[in-house]
Amino acid sequence: MKQIKIALVGQPNVGKSMLTNALGDTTLHVGNFSGVTVEKKEIIFQYKDYKITIVDLPGTYMLTNYSIEEKVTSDFLQNEEYDLILNVVDSTNLERNLQLTSELLNLEKKMLVALNMSDEAKKENIEINANYMTELLGVSAIKTSAVTKKGIDKLLYNIVHTYENPRKETKLVFSEAIEEEILNIETHLSENKFQSELSYRKIAINLISEEKETYRMLLDEPIWITLQPILLEAINHIKMHHDEEAMIDIFAEEFMAFNQGVLTETVKINNIDPAKLTTTQKIDNILIHPFFGIPIFLFLMWGLFQLTFEIGSIPMDWIDGFFGWLGNTVGESISNQDIRSLVVDGLIAGVGAVVLFIPNIIILFIGIALLESTGYMSRIAYLLDGFFHKFGLHGQSFIPLVTGFGCSIPAYMSARILKNDRDRLLTLFIIGFMSCGARLPVYVLFVGAFFSPESSGNILFIIYISGAIIGILMAKLLKMTAFKGESEPFVMEMPKYRLPSVVLIWHTVKSKTWMYLKKAGTFIAAASMLIWFLSNYPHSDTLNIKYETKIEQSTNIEEKNILSNELNQMLLEQSYLGKIGKFIEPIFEPLGMDWKMAVALQTGLAAKEVVVSTLGVLYSLGSDVDESSSLIERLHEHIPFASAVAFIIIMMTYLPCLAATIVFAREAGGFKYAVYLFFFTTIVAYVLAYIGYQVALLV
Amino acid sequence: MGKTIIDCEINKSYLVKKLHTTGALRQRLISFGILKGIQIKYLASTKLRATYEIQVGKMTIALRKEEAMKIEVEEYETN
Repeated sequence: MKQIKIALVGQPNVGKSMLTNALGDTTLHVGNFSGVTVEKKEIIFQYKDYKITIVDLPGTYMLTNYSIEEKVTSDFLQNEEYDLILNVVDSTNLERNLQLTSELLNLEKKMLVALNMSDEAKKENIEINANYMTELLGVSAIKTSAVTKKGIDKLLYNIVHTYENPRKETKLVFSEAIEEEILNIETHLSENKFQSELSYRKIAINLISEEKETYRMLLDEPIWITLQPILLEAINHIKMHHDEEAMIDIFAEEFMAFNQGVLTETVKINNIDPAKLTTTQKIDNILIHPFFGIPIFLFLMWGLFQLTFEIGSIPMDWIDGFFGWLGNTVGESISNQDIRSLVVDGLIAGVGAVVLFIPNIIILFIGIALLESTGYMSRIAYLLDGFFHKFGLHGQSFIPLVTGFGCSIPAYMSARILKNDRDRLLTLFIIGFMSCGARLPVYVLFVGAFFSPESSGNILFIIYISGAIIGILMAKLLKMTAFKGESEPFVMEMPKYRLPSVVLIWHTVKSKTWMYLKKAGTFIAAASMLIWFLSNYPHSDTLNIKYETKIEQSTNIEEKNILSNELNQMLLEQSYLGKIGKFIEPIFEPLGMDWKMAVALQTGLAAKEVVVSTLGVLYSLGSDVDESSSLIERLHEHIPFASAVAFIIIMMTYLPCLAATIVFAREAGGFKYAVYLFFFTTIVAYVLAYIGYQVALLV
Repeated sequence: MGKTIIDCEINKSYLVKKLHTTGALRQRLISFGILKGIQIKYLASTKLRATYEIQVGKMTIALRKEEAMKIEVEEYETN
């Protein structure tokens, strides 16, 4: 079977992903995330006797290196092996889209143009003569609609046709001055019989347009000496003619002029009333209204947040129940106590904790996919950038930050909506300061133990708000230090509003959820087994035997409970985790904490909820410790107020749970970032807790 | 520098006179079709005038005040 590799290129919001779905039909093999990523994804399918691989490259306005997307795309097009380029354009905005097309023509590869969204163009009374356009561009232009699937067969047929036939010269021409200089350079190259894979014309254009790679290539060649004066004169001549300083402007104008020529010949726009508002303008009049825009947005976010964590909690209960049942059932079938504990308490419990977040993640990603595919996301950035920019963040940082109040894992993942690397990293680093849902039980416990019932609601609110304030101030601090430098410019397209596609959202959410399960799942399974091991080993048979007899001898149920808790405490104290706790106790001493509080905080590294049960065990209570009044009393008795304040501050600011940290490392782009995050959050937590402790001592 | 986008009147068209920037931002603006001699229309700004919305051809583009201040414009003669 013959293989055809296609590079799919287009500007953002031209329906590229929709078109790949339409092309590949349902036999999709989607490798990566769409829309919210900078990675490229591959789709493989069969058409007649051909195995077709489509590499869906990130949307880009031009082949420059401004953003990661643009870099990924232009690197691929210039350096990788592929058979042809499929350029997707939005038929309703050809003027803009052809700008990229003409740059692609300049690459001198086999190419096709898909005039996508032709159904919308028809509705807007835009008539396109595709055959004539094919003639003028020198590459096939085919009308398609990914939504109605019109033109898809013709496109596939033409893909094969283009693949099987030799490449035709493209008809991209420049203005007289440039063409003249291209000819001069071409002549010089051919007179000297210069050897190159590139055509002479291509070399000439690259040199004139100041393409660095070509300069690098020629710099080592003897011909460079004689070429240089010719080139210098050529550039001077062109610049003089265009009365412009930068080549990039000149070429942009050249391409625009070429496109304008093509468009005048091939496109007819009928009865457009410029005074009439488009649907998008009407919606924008409401959604980005100077007064109501932000309240509307906050309301929508509140709705998404509610959905994520309210509806999400329903299947979460089922999943929780299922893993509980699975643990019991599997546990019964394993006779060896150590292996049973490893499988049930380590593996199943750990993996269960990861799977537990799936409903949250699915709902949240559906929400984000909706925001993105409708075009509302850019409006959010527009509305909020003014505020966030003051703290070195980006308008779109808002979404991951708010999500962080629910759970850091989807928050880290949703940071992908930030296209700029530095903006994204900065946002990732402060997400942890937004207190996640798992920390709530710990707060409730401590607030109950150390504050009056009347003020507890306010204190909780203060905890959450001050977490957010710390986060935003830290963003400012990071921006002034680690992420120093020129602020990224904010120039973005506000695309037309479009109805979301169910198929596309389904594919996006499915592949994202699967990636989460696959990657986070394997790591977390291993890590939870490690934590299990640390808190269960080494065994102490003497302790066990001593207490078991004691428990058996006792007749009082209450006494039995106390004894078994004492056993648990002793076991934990002599486990590796307990030893670590003892070892690090001196570090926590300045904060007024003993080894128990230190260990509780450490188990919180595995999962924040665990802090409550650890405290329960360490302060000797029954296994059912959640927010029970007796634990509250115990804490009140044993922990000084100032230490409790320090404890709460650490809970607010230190490293997120293990699962979240792993996701963070993946999203940030490497393990080293997790190390940075550890040091960053630890220092912040320690310093703030120390200040809090000292202040609380004075109160 | 003369009039820039931040001095424009809402729903009025202007011509781009000069881009007062180089490097990445210039590339970015050009990739959105914001070039010398191109007609743009000022659509809206946020309440505190931190972000601006302009129309270039059929495209709506949002930019921050800092960026908007780098695009010099001149009145566009209608009729």
